[in-house]
Amino acid sequence: MKISREEVIHVADLSRLDVDTKLIDKFAEQLGTILEYVDTLKSVDTKGVTPTSHAISMTNAFREDDEQQSFNRDSALANAPDKEDGNFIVPKVVG
Amino acid sequence: MKLYELSIQEAHRLLRKKEISSQDLTRAILDRINTVDEAVGAYITVGSETAMAQAETADKSISEGRLTPLTGIPIALKDLICTKGLRTTCGSKILENFIPPYDASVVKKLKKDGAVIVGKLNMDEFAMGSSTEHSGFKLTHNPWDLTRIPGGSSGGSAAAVASDMCIGSLGSDTGGSIRQPASHCGVVGLKPTYGRVSRFGLVAFASSLDQIGPLTKDVTDCALLMNSISGYDPADSTSVPEHVPDYTSFLENGLKGMVVGIPREYSTTQGIDPDVSDAVERAVKKIEALGAEPVEISLPHTEYGVAAYYVIAPSEASSNLARYDGVKYGYRDKDNNSLLEMYKSTRSKGFGPEVQRRIILGTYSLSAGYYDAYYGKASQVRTLIVRDFNKAFETCDVILAPVAPTPAFKLGAMTDDPLTMYLSDIFTLSANLAGIPGISVPCGFSSEGLPIGLQIMARHFEEGKLFKVAYNFEQATGFHKKKPHL
Repeated sequence: MKISREEVIHVADLSRLDVDTKLIDKFAEQLGTILEYVDTLKSVDTKGVTPTSHAISMTNAFREDDEQQSFNRDSALANAPDKEDGNFIVPKVVG
Repeated sequence: MKLYELSIQEAHRLLRKKEISSQDLTRAILDRINTVDEAVGAYITVGSETAMAQAETADKSISEGRLTPLTGIPIALKDLICTKGLRTTCGSKILENFIPPYDASVVKKLKKDGAVIVGKLNMDEFAMGSSTEHSGFKLTHNPWDLTRIPGGSSGGSAAAVASDMCIGSLGSDTGGSIRQPASHCGVVGLKPTYGRVSRFGLVAFASSLDQIGPLTKDVTDCALLMNSISGYDPADSTSVPEHVPDYTSFLENGLKGMVVGIPREYSTTQGIDPDVSDAVERAVKKIEALGAEPVEISLPHTEYGVAAYYVIAPSEASSNLARYDGVKYGYRDKDNNSLLEMYKSTRSKGFGPEVQRRIILGTYSLSAGYYDAYYGKASQVRTLIVRDFNKAFETCDVILAPVAPTPAFKLGAMTDDPLTMYLSDIFTLSANLAGIPGISVPCGFSSEGLPIGLQIMARHFEEGKLFKVAYNFEQATGFHKKKPHL
């Protein structure tokens, strides 16, 4: 097996996911198959090859630091699952 | 001819001559949706009222003599393109009730040109899939055979165009998600050059690969939609300030002087259906007969494209999808005592299995100890794929290839086998890795009567050449005129 049950749980945790216990073994098996396939990349000689992150060469896109129209507070909050007094409400963070 | 069967160009002609109104046309489309969408399942949301209101505005503008080629034309959008006030789900339960407070830049452009937005189309959740079976809401059926997939991830867009439930549509393509469903449903689909069309307001999947493009009934309509949606947008830092030509100016007869490249590696790819290779070979011969000169080219890193893509795309997705945390918008799982628990239960309940699989795969590829072996290596192989195309385009104007290795497969045939499903993207995803444009144009039917598409690819920003070849081929063959029986 290319990826263990424990690794799936660890990576899921890093991804902020609680994978269903029933799915963990299935995921481990499927991800293992995919990663084995991805390992074919190892046979490609990439010595000295610059990696590509964007296919179109680009530089930083700057604009003048002028004030621009943005959302008003109501529309920014309109889709919030929980809100109060113009704020997003989340479960308690500190004790 | 029924109104809903019209192309953009035909409908525009009738609107301009005031032989029909946009309200007639929009009503005909809404009736058509009522009649056939129960069987096809292309729409997630139909905006009947807003569409009729937009049609009324369009009619007023036409009566005052103000019209563009899109004024009053009913267009439908893949449900990951934000529409102000109209629900945008991205095919996911996590965005089931999301009402965008703004329009995507392409929607602004369509509305400015007077188009009528009919509704939002089904897709694989977060555009992750090749069959639309990963939608969080419903299955979409291929209009040519309702027991088969429409392709994906823009399956709703392709099925809606093929079954006349809109006059034209927009989809998005990260690894073939416009071209493959276009091929499976017998319509035209274009993935533009990366940076040609603004991604502002497109729900992000893999930002270095995603691109919005049209799915239409014919090549002319595709050019008309591209005229509307293309161009630089300061709101998308990756959009490119490159001149936008009038794409309809490339729709002229004759391919003399055009050199078409045939990749040696594509004919030896395993698992290609004989009906597909026959149809593509016949298409190449036809294009030669129309005056183009064929040359053999080589894209030696083709076989590594799928592996590189399935590292890069999930890596970018794992980062992009971190924003779904149940705080600012979207679903939240309520019964949690801590913030961390809330994040985890929200994401686990809100995302479907394919999305979770890809987030985990991407996080794994980016995690300490694996980064160089996976993401780093895949990005280097991406460079080699880019170089392959650059070299090939030294000797040819466009490249001809299949779109998908097989015609549309049966619903449920591959849902438990992600790798096999991924491998079906082999001919399309290299264009995303290289950022080049690619179009799928109908080129025949399988022995079972299923549509097959021909793919044409060109250098960055040379969509014009795609239109020219696709238009000549379409005019000479007429496959696009055949309709499914519904």
